[in-house]
Amino acid sequence: MHEKALIPNLFRTEYRKIVSVLCSTFGFDHIETAEDIVSDTFLTATESWSINGIPENPTAWLYTVAKNKTKNYLKRDNLFQQKISTEIKYTSSNTEEFEIDLSQKNIIDSQLAMMFTICNPSISKESQISLALNLLCGFGIQEIADAFLVNKEVIYKRLQRAKEKLKSEDIKIEHPSVCQINSNLETVLMTLYLLFSEGYYSTSQNTILRKDLCEEAIRLTLLLLENPMTSTPSTNALLSLMYFHSSRFNARINKEGENIIYEEQDDALWDYPLIEKGIEFLNQSASGNSLTKFHLEAAIAFWHTKKKDSDEKWENILQLYNQLLQIEYAPIAALNRTFAFAKVRGKSAAIIEAEKLQLTDNPFYYSLLGYLYTDIDNAKAKEQYEKSLEFSNSNADTKTIRKYIEELTEKIEKEKY
Amino acid sequence: MNEFLIAIHRDIINKDASPSPEQMQAAIQPFQDWLGGIAAQNKLVAPPKRWDLGGRVVKNDTVINGPYAEIKESIGGMFIVRANDYDEAVEIAKGCPLLQWGASVEVRMAIPPVQ
Repeated sequence: MHEKALIPNLFRTEYRKIVSVLCSTFGFDHIETAEDIVSDTFLTATESWSINGIPENPTAWLYTVAKNKTKNYLKRDNLFQQKISTEIKYTSSNTEEFEIDLSQKNIIDSQLAMMFTICNPSISKESQISLALNLLCGFGIQEIADAFLVNKEVIYKRLQRAKEKLKSEDIKIEHPSVCQINSNLETVLMTLYLLFSEGYYSTSQNTILRKDLCEEAIRLTLLLLENPMTSTPSTNALLSLMYFHSSRFNARINKEGENIIYEEQDDALWDYPLIEKGIEFLNQSASGNSLTKFHLEAAIAFWHTKKKDSDEKWENILQLYNQLLQIEYAPIAALNRTFAFAKVRGKSAAIIEAEKLQLTDNPFYYSLLGYLYTDIDNAKAKEQYEKSLEFSNSNADTKTIRKYIEELTEKIEKEKY
Repeated sequence: MNEFLIAIHRDIINKDASPSPEQMQAAIQPFQDWLGGIAAQNKLVAPPKRWDLGGRVVKNDTVINGPYAEIKESIGGMFIVRANDYDEAVEIAKGCPLLQWGASVEVRMAIPPVQ
């Protein structure tokens, strides 16, 4: 690989690993020191490799340089040495010289520990996701800003504040205990779920970035599955859900980065090996006695991988939404439930259900009503779609809705004769 | 918004009870649709649980095997919904698919705590 591509790629995969290891060795208090050391390591690499050529094993080279820089730092910084080295010596079996452990196992353990540190309820979900992208996925501030569709300054401040908060809470970064895992795993899974959704449902038209977010969420979930303590039925269900959704990624976005609705997707573009993986993990998730929202959402996503409409498909989807809503209300779930209701119980019955929802500031509420009234009362359907346009803020959605309005206008014209 | 207890009473002790076990089986889907519809309006406060049909009845000097059945009907299920007033809560209760087979639904408003 050419040097120009090599360093950014290594930065992407190795920065987070070394930072996690250093951070879990020093404690979260010293996160900036850890980041500085690793950034400095990459700077040295850029300089050295352009002069001396790329070393035989670039990753090993980076680890060695990072270890040396850490040692130098400890020697140089008296205060740090007093506070930290004693602590490290105290916990390390080797009292004279300690070694930063960059073994595969410690890298995974440290990343897990970091995940549990970041996904702390004391900071907002947005901050958790931003920190995860930054520290666990090696995303730069610009990339995170692009993903959230905000400017760099906002993300910069958000990351600073979140780090300060985690420091002030004096949260020990440590390999999570069984007890912690039980209480915090749900938060971690929720953050990963939102990270995935950020990529999957983002209105950003940067398709590559969106895919990256989804892949990172999958990678981190897989990391959880490597540890028997975090490989729970709900973790498996979450991964299954991610695979099912990912399988439609290429079919649901057109060349312009616009969303294509499910009904109009070309299922030849669905990724069937990913669907297989989804099924595998859905089966894995079917143990224990807790039925989580991830289980239900994964099962709903599973039925969506069957393109062909059938009563069985929509009856199952309806019942799953019925259960999901009893666990946790969400407007989008209420709307989707009503859509499934229409598929099995008919549009007229669904209109009664839909109008009870009263989600009067939600564009999807009006598009649902538009869909339900189509062929029952076309004038009313058109009216609903027009209302939906008023509330819609995504170009891709408006395009589809305008098409429906046109079709309805034609139908209404024909009905006159 | 107020909270209302929705308690379904039905005959669960007599052999020829209505709704019968077969009717209960047939009601699973409509029952779930009913609940899903309430939840979709964000009006479900506490979802129902599955209750054991036996239970115990505690009296001053004895504990007898339940369910409580001084009258023919016992509690078969309960959950809590959100509604503005009794009219709205009653409208919700009318959706219970077991009504057609003789069950009755009790609606009780929770009295808000004194601030």
